[in-house]
Amino acid sequence: MKNNVVALIVGILFAIGLGVSGMTKPEKVFGFLDIFGKWDASLIFVMLGAILVHLIAYRFIIRLKSPLFSKLWHLPTKKEITWSLILGSFIFGVGWALAGYCPGPALTSLASFQMRPLLFFVSLIFGMLTFRLIDRKLNLKR
Amino acid sequence: MENYYLPLLGGLLIGAAVSFMLYLNGRVTGVSGIIYDAVVTPTKKDSVWRWYFISGMLIGGFILRIVKPEAFSGDLPTSNWTLVVAGLLVGFGTVLGSGCTSGHGVCGTSRLSPRSLVATITFILAGVAAVFVFRKLGVFL
Repeated sequence: MKNNVVALIVGILFAIGLGVSGMTKPEKVFGFLDIFGKWDASLIFVMLGAILVHLIAYRFIIRLKSPLFSKLWHLPTKKEITWSLILGSFIFGVGWALAGYCPGPALTSLASFQMRPLLFFVSLIFGMLTFRLIDRKLNLKR
Repeated sequence: MENYYLPLLGGLLIGAAVSFMLYLNGRVTGVSGIIYDAVVTPTKKDSVWRWYFISGMLIGGFILRIVKPEAFSGDLPTSNWTLVVAGLLVGFGTVLGSGCTSGHGVCGTSRLSPRSLVATITFILAGVAAVFVFRKLGVFL
């Protein structure tokens, strides 16, 4: 139960952070990626701020024997740089530029009751379902 | 300089949020993975917390809507079909690539994970290239 409350509160903070930073404005994200046009560098500070805090916090947290409300760490263990990692990230980057939304801001923007974030989010779910269908046959992550 | 103040503040808040998740639950805050596991593979054991996280993000969205409604302005002048294609690419790509801006971009890079560093550089470069190419093609009106 504690884990669920933590997840809820982290979700709230995370969404507010996205909204405050400007990540929920597609135009702003587009401007950030528009290096060869009218570049708006301000979103670099979102990543720098988030990484600065987490880089330092991570060093301290990982020295603990276990998380406070869990018996063990649930961190990714995979090390290899795979083609699926690169190709998937590439495909994601193209979609991110086209819409100006990545998954977190799109989810947050559902609360605005606007049609376009909803359309994007439903398509995102279909993209994930498509992956699942193809992956069952082809095992794409190998 | 005021331009950079809010992005930095939001970034610090995001960094704090994902640090709480790690310290308390021992987990990475990767939004695409959380959505995938909650919606597409919901039978997976121990997946209830993911719905709590998703609910939290929606509550956060509602708070923004009241306190800072302009957070949801600034749509791009693209067609709805462009948005659909973009959604499909983001959904498919983030699962194939095992993460998005949160899981790779913030959590993974902070752990100095080589996979996340490669992923983050790749999706930013792909985004920059896509903006450049699609503008030439007239996708953005």
